[in-house]
Amino acid sequence: MESGHYRSTKLPDIKLMMWIFLASDTMFFGTLIGTYLVYKGRSLVGPYPVEVLDIPLTTVSTFVLLMSSFLMVLALHALRQDDTFRFRLWTFGVAFFGSIFLGFQVYEFAHFVDLGLTLQGNLFGTTFFVLTGTHGVHVTIGVIWLLSILVHSFVKPWTSKDEVYLEVAGLYWHFVDVVWIVIFTVVYLVEFA
Amino acid sequence: MAVSKVTVAAPAGSGVFTRPNWDAGWLSWLTTVDHKRLGLLYIFTSFLFMSAASIEAFLIRLQLAVPNNTVLNPDAYNQMFTMHGVTMVFLAIMPLGIGFANYFVPLQIGARDLAFPRLNAFGYWIYAVGGLFVYSSFFLGGAPDAGWFAYSPLTSLSNNPGNGTDFYMIGLFVGGIGTLVTAMNLIVTIISMRAPGMTMMRVPVFTWMMLVTAFMIIFAFPPLTIALFQVIMDRTFGTLFYVPQAGAMPILWQHLFWIFGHPEVYIIVLPAFGVISEVIPTFSRKPLFGYPVIILSGIFIGFMGFAVWSHHMFTTGLGPVVNTAFALTSFVIGIPTGIKIFNWVGTIWGGKVVFTTSMLYAISFLITFTIGGITGIMLAVPPFDAQAQDSYFVVAHFHYVMGGGALMAFFAGVYYWFPKMSGKMMDERIGKLGFWFLVPGLHLIFFPQHIAGLMGMPRRTQTYVAGIGLELPNLLSTAGTFVMMIGLILLAVNLVHGLLRGKPAGNDPWDGRTLEWATTSPPPHHDFDRQPVVNDRDAHWVQKYPESVHGHRVPESASEPYDANGIHMPGQSWYPFIMGIAFLPFSYGLLYHNFWVLGLSILIFFVGTFGWAFEGVGGHHLPAGGHAHPKGARS
Repeated sequence: MESGHYRSTKLPDIKLMMWIFLASDTMFFGTLIGTYLVYKGRSLVGPYPVEVLDIPLTTVSTFVLLMSSFLMVLALHALRQDDTFRFRLWTFGVAFFGSIFLGFQVYEFAHFVDLGLTLQGNLFGTTFFVLTGTHGVHVTIGVIWLLSILVHSFVKPWTSKDEVYLEVAGLYWHFVDVVWIVIFTVVYLVEFA
Repeated sequence: MAVSKVTVAAPAGSGVFTRPNWDAGWLSWLTTVDHKRLGLLYIFTSFLFMSAASIEAFLIRLQLAVPNNTVLNPDAYNQMFTMHGVTMVFLAIMPLGIGFANYFVPLQIGARDLAFPRLNAFGYWIYAVGGLFVYSSFFLGGAPDAGWFAYSPLTSLSNNPGNGTDFYMIGLFVGGIGTLVTAMNLIVTIISMRAPGMTMMRVPVFTWMMLVTAFMIIFAFPPLTIALFQVIMDRTFGTLFYVPQAGAMPILWQHLFWIFGHPEVYIIVLPAFGVISEVIPTFSRKPLFGYPVIILSGIFIGFMGFAVWSHHMFTTGLGPVVNTAFALTSFVIGIPTGIKIFNWVGTIWGGKVVFTTSMLYAISFLITFTIGGITGIMLAVPPFDAQAQDSYFVVAHFHYVMGGGALMAFFAGVYYWFPKMSGKMMDERIGKLGFWFLVPGLHLIFFPQHIAGLMGMPRRTQTYVAGIGLELPNLLSTAGTFVMMIGLILLAVNLVHGLLRGKPAGNDPWDGRTLEWATTSPPPHHDFDRQPVVNDRDAHWVQKYPESVHGHRVPESASEPYDANGIHMPGQSWYPFIMGIAFLPFSYGLLYHNFWVLGLSILIFFVGTFGWAFEGVGGHHLPAGGHAHPKGARS
């Protein structure tokens, strides 16, 4: 989405745009996490966090998400080397691992609802589902984005000249990962500290 | 994605829509991606909303003209002051600044357009859609009535069962997205698309202030957006974010709102500072006094703007430590603002001042804004604030800052830039006549409100009793409304008169200093025939009078043709309009809990994203050197 005119920086427009978007997105998540922390421990009825949160399960899904970031690095590296096969393989891998993470989240949500934790039940439910749900939407968008890149690469082969488009998707993906690390710490680990 | 730059010569579309390629006709305004046209759309739309807000203000003042008046019943009164505030802040003054930025930031930095022209169009359309959506509430069961800051728990479903609050929450949620993407677009443009030689310390002050403003927007709007989202969730899906019975704390809304709301004050006022910093040097015929200090003060305000929000909450019982801290930060933020005032006065000092209408508005800004600033410092003192909180003193204060400050500066901008935008002059006699109604009228409205406030008149109250000394200030205020209204009407008359009968302006009617005066009035569709090259601050002035500033002219040969292919003009597109309009079914679907309509809009959005991406930037090239203006391509 760039015209060929003079640029005063070396940075591609869309890459700068993504950094600025991520700066802004930090405030979105910051506000949601802030709300979660402000309301932490204020639920009047259960279920309370320690009764439902399952650290081993979420540790596995967190690990999967972190590994997907690793695959993202490999995919970008492969594209820069014009290694089309590995670029497609790793890009698929990122989307696949992202989907596994989403699967864990769907299971977790369903399981929590079974345990009586709902959006409307108590403040923990309200803040937990909205925070992790917003993160889940981000992951979903990332998965769709990466799959679109994958499909597009079969329509019109991607080469190292297109690396910035993958790099931008990668920036987004890594950011969503980092946000999850904060959420995992603040929402899950702190409860058992 | 992955659009190659050279092979876009044909305007052929890939996907559902044929790529539109209209230069004239109303359809060309729906599909335009040109920053100048979008700037005009922003300015025009904000004036429409401002007219609505003026009518609301007029009704409020009619109601308060005499004690125990019955022009508006309490319910209608609540809707009027809420909508007046919402409109002026979100739909009138802020978009006016963004409109000027759209038009003049690329021209001032010698860029062809914003970095993402289609995204720019998208931003405009959701602003328009969000505004229309909020206004449709008048016909659909009543407008929002919980004040422009919509404090929780006034907005809970049990306290406010009508749809008005939903219109507020959803409308601002949607409109905020438009503001966010436009701000991101402006940041990329200003950082990356400055002309060769235009270092950051040569960037015109208006553009600089827009850069700071855009950064404030991207950090300030998310807290508001999330807070609105939380209330939407509460009202639509029964979550508990602001339900005290479940342990929630409604004061969280105040914090989130003011973490947005105080930066918002500067989001409105920094572009106004930018306009003033263009107008005063031009009409004092001197360089801006202390350019680096003005810039650094602006950046300092940008940071400090996020550290003062709790001064809106001194009376909520946060405790003496918090109040003291926020009082101190609020005093500190007065310093850079004061520095700027001295810089502008220093610019006028010793200058050959030309008293055009634009300059008159700029000078009235200096005086009125200073008065508003001084009452602001008074209100930053917690004990005083405890007395004046929620009284007409506060109303007077922020109308001096927003109305007498930001709005007067933008009117200065209207008179200053109208010749560039239209190619015609506005009438100075009508302008000055209007000025002498508008500004004295403004003071007549708001000065007595200081006194009414100190006498204890509460704001947001539909009426007052006779015999406690409030009659005179209120009657004066209402009388002022009529005086100011004459000024506003004369301004509107002058705009129409200028468009129809104005004398030709020429390229540079004010002997201007910045690059926008280097091109024709109105600028051609492609802005500049050749890529401007800059080697000093006040680039256009140096080009005209190098000896006066010990500068040197950039030789004609240094100013390059754009590139080997000529000037790239991005293609028009249907997608920004369609995806903007898709927010209408989204908003109504969410409001009326019709999840089919909601789903439909999300589907349009989903498909539209792909259409948008694969359509690519498209467009065509004008020949390099560019004297061949294609027929009708002038905006």
